[in-house]
Amino acid sequence: MDGYSRVKRRTFVIGGLSAGGALLLGWSVLPPRQRLRRSSPEPRSDGRLALNGWVAIGADDRVTVIVPKAEMGQGVHTALAMMLAEELECAWEQVRVEQSPIDPIYANLTVGRDALPFHPDESNAITRVAAWYSDKLLRNVGLMITGGSTSVRDLWNPLRDAGALARATLVNAAAAEWGVAHDQCRVDGGLIRAGDRAMRFGELVASGRTLVPATQWVLKDASAYRLIGTPRIRLDAAAKSDGRAVFGIDVRPEGIEYAAVTMSPTIGGRVREFDAAAALTIGGVRQVVELTGRNGGATGVAVIAERWSVATQALSALHVQWDAGPHATLSSREVRDTLRTRAAERGGRTFRRVGDVDEAFATASTVVDATYDVPYLAHTTMEPPNCTILARADGAEMWVGTQVPTQARSAVSDVLGVPVESVHVHVQLLGGGFGRRLELDFIGQAAEIARARAGVPVQVIWTRENDVQHDFYRPACASVLRGGLDAAGRVVALHAVAASQPLVPAYGSRNGVALARLDVHKSSVEGLFDQPYAFPAMRVSHHAVTLPVPVGYWRAVGHSHNAFFLESFIDELAFAAQHDPIEFRAALLSHHPRALRVLELVAEQAGWRTSPTLAADGARVARGVALHRSFGSICAQVAEVSLSATREIRVHRVICAVDCGIAINPDGIAQQMESGVVYGLTAALYGEITIERGQVQQRNFDGYRALRMRECPVVETFIVPSNEPPGGIGEVGLPPIAPAVANAVFALTGERLRSLPLRVSMEAS
Amino acid sequence: MITLHVNGRAVEVNAKPDTPLLWVLREDLGATGTKFGCGVSLCGACTVHLNGRPIRSCVLPISQVGDGRITTIEGVSLQDIQSDTSAEFRRRQVATAVQNAWIARSVAQCGYCQSGMVMAAIALLAEHASPDDAEIDQAFAGHLCRCGSYQRLRAAVHDAAKALAES
Repeated sequence: MDGYSRVKRRTFVIGGLSAGGALLLGWSVLPPRQRLRRSSPEPRSDGRLALNGWVAIGADDRVTVIVPKAEMGQGVHTALAMMLAEELECAWEQVRVEQSPIDPIYANLTVGRDALPFHPDESNAITRVAAWYSDKLLRNVGLMITGGSTSVRDLWNPLRDAGALARATLVNAAAAEWGVAHDQCRVDGGLIRAGDRAMRFGELVASGRTLVPATQWVLKDASAYRLIGTPRIRLDAAAKSDGRAVFGIDVRPEGIEYAAVTMSPTIGGRVREFDAAAALTIGGVRQVVELTGRNGGATGVAVIAERWSVATQALSALHVQWDAGPHATLSSREVRDTLRTRAAERGGRTFRRVGDVDEAFATASTVVDATYDVPYLAHTTMEPPNCTILARADGAEMWVGTQVPTQARSAVSDVLGVPVESVHVHVQLLGGGFGRRLELDFIGQAAEIARARAGVPVQVIWTRENDVQHDFYRPACASVLRGGLDAAGRVVALHAVAASQPLVPAYGSRNGVALARLDVHKSSVEGLFDQPYAFPAMRVSHHAVTLPVPVGYWRAVGHSHNAFFLESFIDELAFAAQHDPIEFRAALLSHHPRALRVLELVAEQAGWRTSPTLAADGARVARGVALHRSFGSICAQVAEVSLSATREIRVHRVICAVDCGIAINPDGIAQQMESGVVYGLTAALYGEITIERGQVQQRNFDGYRALRMRECPVVETFIVPSNEPPGGIGEVGLPPIAPAVANAVFALTGERLRSLPLRVSMEAS
Repeated sequence: MITLHVNGRAVEVNAKPDTPLLWVLREDLGATGTKFGCGVSLCGACTVHLNGRPIRSCVLPISQVGDGRITTIEGVSLQDIQSDTSAEFRRRQVATAVQNAWIARSVAQCGYCQSGMVMAAIALLAEHASPDDAEIDQAFAGHLCRCGSYQRLRAAVHDAAKALAES
């Protein structure tokens, strides 16, 4: 039936001409839950008409898709534009994207639903009511967030509606012009046709004709998609190949000055004294500003100068003396011991309970116990943290790469003491996000600096050393796992206890997100309690540990370590049961056709039943598998691994199978699988932030190693065809890689590695 | 005042002699395509060409540039009027092939490291018409990408080499 309409009431009024002759579009009250019309109309430029909050069409036929999500490499601008263009029926070549301003219709509702501590396969009255309240709450709060692999999921409906509404509006206008019924018109490639008549979208806009927003529109059936599901070159590919792409660090407002900062080398330390006068005598230095540590950041001192290189040199002239503060004896070795001890304790908060675990263990013929742990990790986005602010007495302009523009605006308004509405955020391209740009420390800091130089735009740029030493780290975590097998090698019970610093309350309190104080967070145990496996008895608990190390969201968050724990441990159980790792998992997934299909696909494409060929240097190669569900998608990977002559782990090839629902841009999905594997392999093989005497020991890419080209495996991606609603993709490829490699190392050497980064012992076992 | 030759133009720069070339490009000349990543020659984001060879502009003081010709990502496909040699002509051809291959493969993700990558690829292909994987790995050994563009990047270098051989 094509009579389906998303809006049942007549809710729009007629538009009219503005004084300048540009087109206006009028709307009356839309339903309160609408996500189509902005609270303030889009500023119009000549010859361009916004048909709703998501799309504007130019007299030149250009289609501008307005995107509220940050482009940080994940290809989301391209995918979002595809979703709208599919319904608009324009030619892909007409499409460009533009970053949206702040408005409640751009609020992210999906982050709220995702944060609810429910098992994803559970749907009942409680989960539905909680989701309804979560939507309502987030709509009211109006938080714009790019994170949690939510962008496509969050905008799947609004963008298609917006495209279809725009198409229906244009069709109605053309039909009126021609005096034909709208259902006699068809749209294709940006052209409206009826009989032998045709009109470009741009002609309608140029005509100055009043466009009456349609009251009814019909979404296309997936079988009619022409864009969605086809591989597309990223819209930002050209600008990112010839240097034109503008990141936050590249903005150059008139009269710009630059700031460099030094921050307490010890966690929780304070500035005792510094010699501002000495720095101010250096030519080109404008101002010295003490930093109080906004939004959970470190305290320190900034120098503003006409050049950034002058500002960095002047920092040493300050001779800052620090008070080490209360954590001057803290070490990451102690943290590890603490977490391992806590994970071994009973109690904690239980996130999932199935059956009677104790009783089930009593019946087990084999019980396997293991303790796993992972270290702190830094994000090290290639573009170091930076923020440019022009503070005025009555407001501010800010240019920044951020995942949270609404929060960024609040952070600056708090420091400057001006209303949030007077702070204008210009979101730039992000040179990597990975969760680091969910934070506001460098933004609040930039506001303190800009406040001291009112009327002058100041760009604060962190050094790589600032970045590595003053991150909000992926929390270190330990987990004790216990599994019981019956005589036939079937799992009868699984018990997992994890210990780590919880993220949500920490993030919420430092950034003034009141919602985050609600104690319903699950990020510490996501990936442990919510997997598709059917365990007859299961308990998953978490001990929240308080430690002074600043922790934050890091790509895939809890999944980044919990997949390593659980998928390695399942391999341990398979080995104890003397079952093949794929068959062992398949038996636990027999009730879950989607997950099973992903597992089968990866086994098939990897040639799991065949022997891998030797490495180029003749070394033996082994395979390991892992499967993980995160952010609404399921990904399985097989890694092919060998050891070098010096017993370094080498990953040659990674086969990925993924079910992410309907695939928007298959090439973008493949790219994100490659991305997840590379980012995850850096953590699996090298990543470790250590702390001695309260100070982070790593400073730059020499001490904090990242995967380089010669270490990069071949990544092959296979997508399960699906017409289910889309799942996430930006983080989904990361969780399985560490356990897939660890499991391959076990197959190769018989050595079970239970800590990251993975290091094989020097002697063959 | 120090005179630099950047993208075919002589420019006067008022900066201390120890100022790294990167910051003069970014702050004085508005050539922001060249990026700051590490400041100590570990990541390659700041790569530009000095007389056609890739160098790290974050650690090169402007006093050491002398009369050397600097080419940045902004100038790599522009004609250098002052010194239009066959080598320059070749470089422009290579630059076009590399950038086309980069687009066709959707190499970039966040894209922040890509100016440096593209400059390294152009320098490589200007010297080696048909590099193998090991030579490509070698040429990019000093470059970091946190998004994971390595696989597409390697394929794009091969594509560009092929396109140049066929042109």
